[in-house]
Amino acid sequence: MSATVTDLQQTIAIPAPTTPWRRTRGEQLGTAIIFLISAVAAACIVLVTGLAGVDGFGLTLFVIFVVVTFVRTIRMNAKVRKDEFIKIAIFAAAVLAFLPWMSIFASVVMKGARGFKPNFFVGDMRTTIPDDELNLGGAGHAIIGSMMMVINATIITLPLGILSGVYLTEVRGRLTFLVRFVVQSMSGVPSIVAGLFIYTTFVDFTNSFSGMAGSLALAVLMLPTVARTAEEVLKLVPDDLRSASYALGARQWRTSLMVVLPTVRSGLTTAAILGVARVIGETAPLLLTSLSSNSYVFNPLGGPIGSLPTYVFGLLQIGTENAINRAWTGALVLMLLVLALFTTTRFIGGKDRR
Amino acid sequence: MGDVANTEIIPMPRELAVVYNRADRIFRRIVTSGALTSLILLGLIGIFLFVKSAQIFNDRGLSFITGSNWTAGSGDGVILDDFSIGPMLTGTILVSLIALIIAMPLSIGGALYIEFYAQPKIRKVLSTLLDLAAAIPSLIFGLWGVVIFTSFGERWSALLNSRFGWVPFIRVQNEIFGRSPFLAGCVLASLIIPIITSVSREVFSRTPRDLIDTCYALGSSRWGAIRTVVLPFGKSGVIGGAMLGLGRALGETVAVYLLLNIVFRYNFRILESEGGNIASLIATKFGEATEYELKALIAAGFVLFMLTLVVNMLAATIVTRSTVRK
Repeated sequence: MSATVTDLQQTIAIPAPTTPWRRTRGEQLGTAIIFLISAVAAACIVLVTGLAGVDGFGLTLFVIFVVVTFVRTIRMNAKVRKDEFIKIAIFAAAVLAFLPWMSIFASVVMKGARGFKPNFFVGDMRTTIPDDELNLGGAGHAIIGSMMMVINATIITLPLGILSGVYLTEVRGRLTFLVRFVVQSMSGVPSIVAGLFIYTTFVDFTNSFSGMAGSLALAVLMLPTVARTAEEVLKLVPDDLRSASYALGARQWRTSLMVVLPTVRSGLTTAAILGVARVIGETAPLLLTSLSSNSYVFNPLGGPIGSLPTYVFGLLQIGTENAINRAWTGALVLMLLVLALFTTTRFIGGKDRR
Repeated sequence: MGDVANTEIIPMPRELAVVYNRADRIFRRIVTSGALTSLILLGLIGIFLFVKSAQIFNDRGLSFITGSNWTAGSGDGVILDDFSIGPMLTGTILVSLIALIIAMPLSIGGALYIEFYAQPKIRKVLSTLLDLAAAIPSLIFGLWGVVIFTSFGERWSALLNSRFGWVPFIRVQNEIFGRSPFLAGCVLASLIIPIITSVSREVFSRTPRDLIDTCYALGSSRWGAIRTVVLPFGKSGVIGGAMLGLGRALGETVAVYLLLNIVFRYNFRILESEGGNIASLIATKFGEATEYELKALIAAGFVLFMLTLVVNMLAATIVTRSTVRK
């Protein structure tokens, strides 16, 4: 009996899983060839008619592609044809949506690389004018200033952000809804308004522009990001953990401080890093609070202080060739910083998930 | 059977008496006060800006919002101080709307592409890059706008003007196309596209998979599934994302500062090389402002603050509502 069953199983061919929805090699090749032909045709048209530039080429390519698709699908039914056209429209929209920042990544890397030399990280602009050769001067003072302000802002913001998160997930008082709402709408406070606020309070009070004022303005902008991320992270802590802690007789404060918070240590680091990434490139508030400086300043209360964004901004306003080149390098450093911060969060996040 | 069910008392959930001891109460108080800082901070921003600029609102009343002059007085009484932000306010809204109109279709298209059309590998790369793009400082967008984009934008403007010059919004008086609301709007659009795209993608990805599969099983095309299931499902989330983008665009300073020619005149011709923006106004005039002018700038900041606050509160409400319902 059992032998027949096995025989039967062996004779019935087990169907291999198929993926009919996946496009075959041939179809992909077909699309690629059509695309290539359209591109060549578009290039010819651009060269002949003088629709100059990358944008002209893109437009021509799009039109040709639409025409080709129309011809190709003329004998298919209406539904399929519509689907094809929508696909092209969505693809075109996606290309247009992604093109600006792709272009930004590319141009910052290419143009910024020219001034990416060791002296950019150590030198300052005390004895260098912006139009000097790129191997003179640098942005060391701006980098140090930015670091200092951001670190101070983090020291101010992180505890407050974590407390907000704990309030929203652990304490859950009567104001939970209001706090969440305020944090969410506060994340949209324009950066220049944050600068104005610190200007009318702290700068007015101490009677001088300073790195500390800059830190405070950045802290205002950073707080919502940190609070929101902290809340998201704390939400992920399984309730079992809290119940277990309560069951062992721990009070709420012990549960929160010794069970919940330690579990999300890396998540809270992520919150801090995202906050830093949010404010590291902020220019407008610093224009009103920390101004800028041409030399190293280490005292957060010692008057105007340089920072990377204001450095780039100042150079842009000067606008001579080498000044712009320096600005690109500053932008490159800023972007690398953001990239490094993001990579760190990925790394930490990866460790957390295990 | 029915009788038994009727007579038996349905058990109610027991009321739990939560007792916090002293340590707990202190802990809760500390946490609450920490959480309330954001609330207090937001209030303080509003109050301080208002108090410092009350004199302006008192002196000028509503004409601060509607007037179109920004003249610093000479101090000896020959030229009087005259500050108002009418063109700046309309300019801010104009530029932001241009940005939003350009950004919306592209962002939705981009989000749909990433979520439903791209190959899995491409999708992963694109969504990582998208997160990064949303974190690019606006300063870099401004730099890119000035150095790279302006030449394209000027050519498009010239083309638009020669073809559609008869449309009142597009007609220009001087054929200088740089630093126009249209250009600033384009750069602002590229600034808010990553934000709206990532919010939309997030919402689209939460569409219940079985609903989409049901569509396919009923013979729908991919567009059919998107139109009947994905878009209605994600509508409120996308609107919330758009409002977030709008809030960001209204308050943007440096990118607009670098790309817009601030002129104190009402202008609705989007290709003309003049426009207004409150945030840029503050950045422009802050350096050499007299004491009274500074107050006017703070008043302008207060108006901007209220404007963005309203937009963001709307956005927050919409986003919260769309996530709560799930």
